Amino acid sequence: MNRRIWAFLVPILSVVFALIVAAVIIVLIGQNPLVAYKAMVLGAFGNVQAFTDTIIKTTPLILTGLAVGFGFRAGLFNIGAEGQMIMGGILATVVGMNLRGIPPALAVPLTMLFGILGGMAWASIAGYLKAKTGAHEVVTTIMLNWIASHLSSYLITGPLAVGSGTPKSPEIAPSAKLPPILTVGAMELTSGIVISVLSAFLMYILLEKTTTGYEVKAVGFNPYAAEYGGISISKNIVMCMAISGALAGLAGALEVMGQYHRFLGTLSGGKGFDGISIALIGQNHPIGIIFAALLIAALRTGSNNMQFVGVPKHIVTIVQGIVIFLVAADRIVRTIVIRKKVKR
Amino acid sequence: MMKGIVKKFPGVVANDHVDLFVEKGEIHAVVGENGAGKTTLMNQLYGLLKPDEGEIYIFGKKVSFSGPGDAIKHKIGMVHQHFMLVNNLTAFENVVLGMEPRKGIFFDRKRAREEVKKLSEEYGLFVDIDAKIEDMPVGMQQRVEIIKTLLRGAEILILDEPTAVLTPQETKELFEILRKLKQSGKTIIFISHKLNEVMEISDRITVMRQGKATGNLITSQTNPREIARLMVGRDVVLTVEKTSREPGEVILEVQDLWVKDNRGLDAVKGVSFAVREGEIVGIAGVAGNGQTELVEALTGLRRVEKGRVLFRKHEITGKNPKILRDFGIFHIPEDRLRRGLVTAYPAYFNVILGRHMMFPFSKNGFLDHKEIRKFAEELFERFDVRPRNVDLPAENFSGGNQQKLIVARELSFSPKLLIVAQPTRGLDVGAIEFIHRTLLSMRDSGVGILLVSMELDEIFSLSDRILVVYGGEIMGEVKPEETTMEEVGLMMTGHRLEEIRR
Repeated sequence: MNRRIWAFLVPILSVVFALIVAAVIIVLIGQNPLVAYKAMVLGAFGNVQAFTDTIIKTTPLILTGLAVGFGFRAGLFNIGAEGQMIMGGILATVVGMNLRGIPPALAVPLTMLFGILGGMAWASIAGYLKAKTGAHEVVTTIMLNWIASHLSSYLITGPLAVGSGTPKSPEIAPSAKLPPILTVGAMELTSGIVISVLSAFLMYILLEKTTTGYEVKAVGFNPYAAEYGGISISKNIVMCMAISGALAGLAGALEVMGQYHRFLGTLSGGKGFDGISIALIGQNHPIGIIFAALLIAALRTGSNNMQFVGVPKHIVTIVQGIVIFLVAADRIVRTIVIRKKVKR
Repeated sequence: MMKGIVKKFPGVVANDHVDLFVEKGEIHAVVGENGAGKTTLMNQLYGLLKPDEGEIYIFGKKVSFSGPGDAIKHKIGMVHQHFMLVNNLTAFENVVLGMEPRKGIFFDRKRAREEVKKLSEEYGLFVDIDAKIEDMPVGMQQRVEIIKTLLRGAEILILDEPTAVLTPQETKELFEILRKLKQSGKTIIFISHKLNEVMEISDRITVMRQGKATGNLITSQTNPREIARLMVGRDVVLTVEKTSREPGEVILEVQDLWVKDNRGLDAVKGVSFAVREGEIVGIAGVAGNGQTELVEALTGLRRVEKGRVLFRKHEITGKNPKILRDFGIFHIPEDRLRRGLVTAYPAYFNVILGRHMMFPFSKNGFLDHKEIRKFAEELFERFDVRPRNVDLPAENFSGGNQQKLIVARELSFSPKLLIVAQPTRGLDVGAIEFIHRTLLSMRDSGVGILLVSMELDEIFSLSDRILVVYGGEIMGEVKPEETTMEEVGLMMTGHRLEEIRR
């Protein structure tokens, strides 16, 4: 069980070490790191408002982290969570706009479902291409990201455009909005966080308890042995990309339904790419990913408060970078160790 | 020459106070199971590893090597298991590589060629020194390696498992060469785990077991049984008894099968044969003559280009591995790490690979971990897999126990036909005995077995019929009691049975 402790320890130690390095930098720019960190913690968790903000930011990050993490477990490198999130958001918006008069009990699940389907369909294109032609998913998902991004720009400046100023779509029907659990000033904490945490637990059960999870991980670890064991590789690729895309699509739908209530150009804003770092820090484990998403979200909200004590918020980018580097470097080291073993 | 050598690796003592005394001008065999520490010991002698304790004396002088360069200076040469040659250079260019004779700043090709030619002829190596390495058979490449060490002035030659890659004829020729080298005063250290070869070629033997030297024998005063006992630590049956048995109905029929390899070239060219119930059909051949592709095609892992495969008269051509297992066709793959195991999975997950979707392991799509563990623990007990820890990842088991894990899995679901490839590759005497016994008892209970192996001894002692493949075609079919190693060896190098017996 050494491996499990190791997997748990590495991210935590990386965060501690990253904070120490960042502290040195803060000293070098002539500030007190303790003051800065205190401001950061207060900014992220100090009061109800700060805490709410952090949780709201955590919600989509859990889902994109899960999307990428699930792909990793199946041996797929899904870089396309960004595009899948956009497509999920777009489809949820289009459906949500047209549900006026439909009761929330129907409108909310329907909108969410179409968001999931949007991400799922978008990712399945890459999955299908890989299964049929061997086209690498890294290349195809990056291409699909651009297509999704430009497609959404076109839609909110053309057919779906309303008002002036920032390009945006019309609002979704009130019944399709997620009802707030907690309203703090202008911020609404919705049940979205519950849904994303639930998704993590569902993914945990799927991976660890079901026969499908057994097959998915077997393909991820060793596709040759999986094939020998009667598992269809191509079926698995398409299915896993679809599940991965569904999670990213759900992230997009929740942002529309809980936060912006419409599609904006800035809706995804790199959260799909953050999913890669989060999956890495969370060691591709669903529960780990929840905490990794919380960490990144807290760093982001806390950094604003840090600026008030005179420390630039970009310090957190350094922290984040170091954490990712260390977690990834651990994998490099372990990969080398494993390779050596195989050779011998 | 090596005294009290201790070498520790994290978690294991690879060499535990090993003494090795080799006399000048003798052929000294070092035998032992895999992991007994033979190669580790030799790597220290060749300067690749530094001993933690102990001393090395060469020609009576105490030495300490910091690298192979030092070993070469002390006239030690090593021929590794995996050759270190540049494929697109000629033999003589490879030999002089790193110490090319020069004329000014230019490479003196003529002198290099002359020197290599002289050496080759002196020891009867008969290497075509102008041929490119890639065009040479393995046996010739090995000779190039030997010339390399000789040119560097080696008086002591270490050969690490030199016969593992050779055909019987090539082995014979190698032994001739070794005897010639011995006559001219060279000392040879010969590492092997094949007892009959050791008996044939060596003067004295050092036996190793679990990092210790357990025996120091004079070949003419010992026998294979004694060596095997020292290697394994108990009595071993070297040749398993095979009872004669009338085979039953045809269970597998292959008709004019054509299969391509990864490069898209024909690897199996119109092969036809049949396997019956209660019969072991052995496929002999040098590695790379279509065996891998044949097995993969029969087990649903590779596309069949042309031809048919029938199981009890049902067409099974191109069916996937799951359907084949449902029929009762099980497969022990040649590469246990790449094909046979998900090494990162715990052992109890690996013993259900291929049957993981079946009751009672899977219930309504959920794995029943308790049931699987119980099943795995029973298998571990029945097949004596060690250590008895079903939660350990498969990668942490030794090669022999990994193989047992696979054998246990494939035999536990009452197979009707077994397709077995290289079942004992890299295993020690004890594990080989176990697997041979198991295969024979499966045969006696009526299972049809197709056995692909590069080990001729294995083919001969297990098979009821032997098919020899060369270049993707069957050269002939013989019965082990009606043929000789030489005849099969000739077929393995591309002679048809009709030509040989004419």
